[in-house]
Amino acid sequence: MIVAFNLNGKQVSTDVAPDTPLLWVLRDTLGMTGTKFGCGKALCGACTVHLNGQATRSCQTPIGVVAGQKVTTIEGIPMTHPVKKAWVALDVPQCGYCQSGQMMSAAALLASNRKPTDADIDAFMSGNICRCGTYTRIRAAIKAAAA
Amino acid sequence: MEITSKPARRDFLKASAAVGGGLSLGVSLTLGSKVAAAKVASQQKTVATNSPNAWIKIGTDNTITIMCARSEMGQDVYTSMPILVAEELGVDVNKVKVEFAEPAEVYINALLGGQITGGSTSVRDAWEKLRKAGASARMMLVGAAAKEWGVDAATLKVTSDGVVTGPGGKKATFGSLAEAASKMEVPKDVPLKPYGSWTQIANKAQKRLDTKAKVEGTTALFGIDTKVPGMLYAAVVMPPMIGGKVASYDDSRAKNMPGVKAVVQYSRGVAVVADSYWQAKKAKDLLQVTWDEGPNANNDMRKVWSGLKEASMQPGAVFREGGDVDAAMKGAARLFEATYELPFLSHSPLETMNTVADVRTNGVTIITPTQFQQLVPFVVAGAVGMKPEQIKVVTTFLGGGFGRRVEVDYTIDAAEISKAVGAPVKMLWSREDDMTHDSYRPGGYYKVQMAVDAAGKPVAYRYHGTSPSISSRLFPSIVKDGIDPFSVEAIDNFPYAVKNHKLTYQMFDAGITPGYWRGVSHNLNAYVVEGFIDEVAHAVGKDPIQYRIDNLEYEGEKHKWSGLSAGIPVGGRMKTVLEQVREKAGWMKAKLPDGRGQGVAVMEGYNTVMAAVVELSVTKAYDVIIDKVTYVVDAGPLVHPDQALAQIESCTIFGMSACLYGEITVKNGGVEQTNFDQYRVVRMNEAPKSMAVHFLSPAKDQPPGGLGEPATAVIQAAIGNAIFAATGIRVRKMPFSPENIKGASMKA
Ligand code: FES
Ligand code: FES
Repeated sequence: MIVAFNLNGKQVSTDVAPDTPLLWVLRDTLGMTGTKFGCGKALCGACTVHLNGQATRSCQTPIGVVAGQKVTTIEGIPMTHPVKKAWVALDVPQCGYCQSGQMMSAAALLASNRKPTDADIDAFMSGNICRCGTYTRIRAAIKAAAA
Repeated sequence: MEITSKPARRDFLKASAAVGGGLSLGVSLTLGSKVAAAKVASQQKTVATNSPNAWIKIGTDNTITIMCARSEMGQDVYTSMPILVAEELGVDVNKVKVEFAEPAEVYINALLGGQITGGSTSVRDAWEKLRKAGASARMMLVGAAAKEWGVDAATLKVTSDGVVTGPGGKKATFGSLAEAASKMEVPKDVPLKPYGSWTQIANKAQKRLDTKAKVEGTTALFGIDTKVPGMLYAAVVMPPMIGGKVASYDDSRAKNMPGVKAVVQYSRGVAVVADSYWQAKKAKDLLQVTWDEGPNANNDMRKVWSGLKEASMQPGAVFREGGDVDAAMKGAARLFEATYELPFLSHSPLETMNTVADVRTNGVTIITPTQFQQLVPFVVAGAVGMKPEQIKVVTTFLGGGFGRRVEVDYTIDAAEISKAVGAPVKMLWSREDDMTHDSYRPGGYYKVQMAVDAAGKPVAYRYHGTSPSISSRLFPSIVKDGIDPFSVEAIDNFPYAVKNHKLTYQMFDAGITPGYWRGVSHNLNAYVVEGFIDEVAHAVGKDPIQYRIDNLEYEGEKHKWSGLSAGIPVGGRMKTVLEQVREKAGWMKAKLPDGRGQGVAVMEGYNTVMAAVVELSVTKAYDVIIDKVTYVVDAGPLVHPDQALAQIESCTIFGMSACLYGEITVKNGGVEQTNFDQYRVVRMNEAPKSMAVHFLSPAKDQPPGGLGEPATAVIQAAIGNAIFAATGIRVRKMPFSPENIKGASMKA
């Protein structure tokens, strides 16, 4: 099935089975490997993208539902974005594997909540696992990006 | 010894080794020892390069590349290793390029005896070696300029971007000098900058060199991101029971699925190879495989624990002994004893196991996130019937390692699959594959006794640990007289002075593949040692910090088995960190509300001494909330201070995940937990509310200690002790789940 959608501001189209998760279309078909696979079950957040501005787990998003929608991935967030700037300033990533998902969640949080409290950060970010344990810096970076 | 060309799949190293002053796994993997100049140069396409030594290559355009021979899995070797070279080479580390090195003898980690990233050894091993590499290259480059200009080398200087300058405005780039320099004799005696006079080592403002790439998200970094021309994707089915094998399979539905190119059996399982990962994964779900269930088919936790407990009745092997424990216990005023049960744990790095393998008739390329690249050619050669020299290994960034990627099992799988289909293949494990085919931090059963005199002073100590031996599987030659050095860490160097002591270890194969897991046996033994000393301190009515200080061992015999540790008693260093942590944490300063308490732990591991105080709350439902963590750390000089801190942060979360939630169980011979809903790890809302880490200034000429692991063990012990302080409940069975805390409260 041909599915057309807007990816990081550009129209793209892809011909894959409609149940194929957006994650694998991005990674394997479109060669956009910034979005990561961690669990395949909406448990870790590594695959987080924005679907029409909302933080969405792409491993649980069949490509069929993306038709005609607007998708933003980590590649579509410029280095001048406050979240990316804060991540660089605080050297947040360790292995870095979870960080695309963390930044996508953080960007979505800040888009809807300009001054998140610790409780807001806990609630919004607890779907994103970091096995390297960078949580302290992620929290600080979100606050820095909000400032 | 030499690796045979067809190594056994699991016991892949029949190595000879010496323990003590570094723990040599004794791997002799000789493979193109002259890798440096020639091989490195051929990678560069457009610009010719020259290499004064294996760590540095210099392009004629003056691009300077520093080779990183350790695997970057978050712990910062991509920056800390180059800093060491750059400091003495005289160039700014922020202006160089960094490349991961191929396997070669010159890159062997002297503390481990192989090109391995593990054991918190990267900086310790590199400390002298890489500074000398930088200094000697600088001498050669400057020497080449001096010769060309006919001046005294002492009058020349080096700029931060690699230009030699001389009297009368003379200038030459490293790039223009490198060819002549690489032909010069390598200097024998290379002076290093005086201790502490560094400009790049210990620079608090230095940033990681890989952050930008990891934030951009546009660069293919990790193994899973690899793509090579003509590559197919493999999804696999592996035996659900540990030690099982494929008996037969029916692929009639799977092989007709869209995109499927082939269904192939390989040593460990069955692979579906397709045009995309999702197609392969969908088809593999339709495979019908019957299993030859193997020896562990009926294994479950009842068997595992009864086996461990039964094995603990054996006398075990003595690894440290002094005085007469039995006599001292008989005559003592009071005797305390306790048993501890510690669970199996999964590594579960966020990037699941994967490898791209391209097996051709004349050679193989393996692109993989590995902690042990040097071993890969040998095992892959055995698997595909070629010579190790025919196997090229490219190391990617690792999406976490934690010891899981010391194992090379998944590179063999990918090579076998690629060979069977005759095409390059990316094999990727699902989270379920990964969690159920891990090698697990072994569980263990521990019995301890301590006798004290009327004043509460320890007079006898008896320690008996029973747990699976990891090295017996992976590096059997380092196991001697029934002792696995990686089972007795943090207990062979028992830090308290107790005249009469006997420490023993009994190994037991529980039918659950044991593996090296961040901190390895420090996690097991430190919890028991530090938990039990805490029990005794409370029981004799002493302050837990003061009781520790009062009983530290300051001098004594060398520790026999602690290959990666200080190897000698470190009472003085321990006293300092305990005194300081008491101060910094506000120990027992304020009256805490009900259900809140402070716990302490101290440990030496990897020649780093650290103490932690945890302040936590236990809710009515027995949930544990970590409020505040304070560390004082004596790790010698910090090559990259901000990332030394990051490692403590990381270990803290990793240790919390383990002790609060971690437990792998088996049923019908297979691991029950399959994903993060069943194997819980710490998330943002559970991270400590506040954390403070204080590093001591290094003593003169103190070498660096390892930092990638020790806090993982220390935090767990401190949490256990804080739970006691908060609730009066001593939890001797991990994890500290509501169920186990409640269970312990009923026993008490
Ligand atoms: S891969 Fe989608 S949430 Fe984990
Ligand atoms: S940085 Fe490694 S998983 Fe988050």
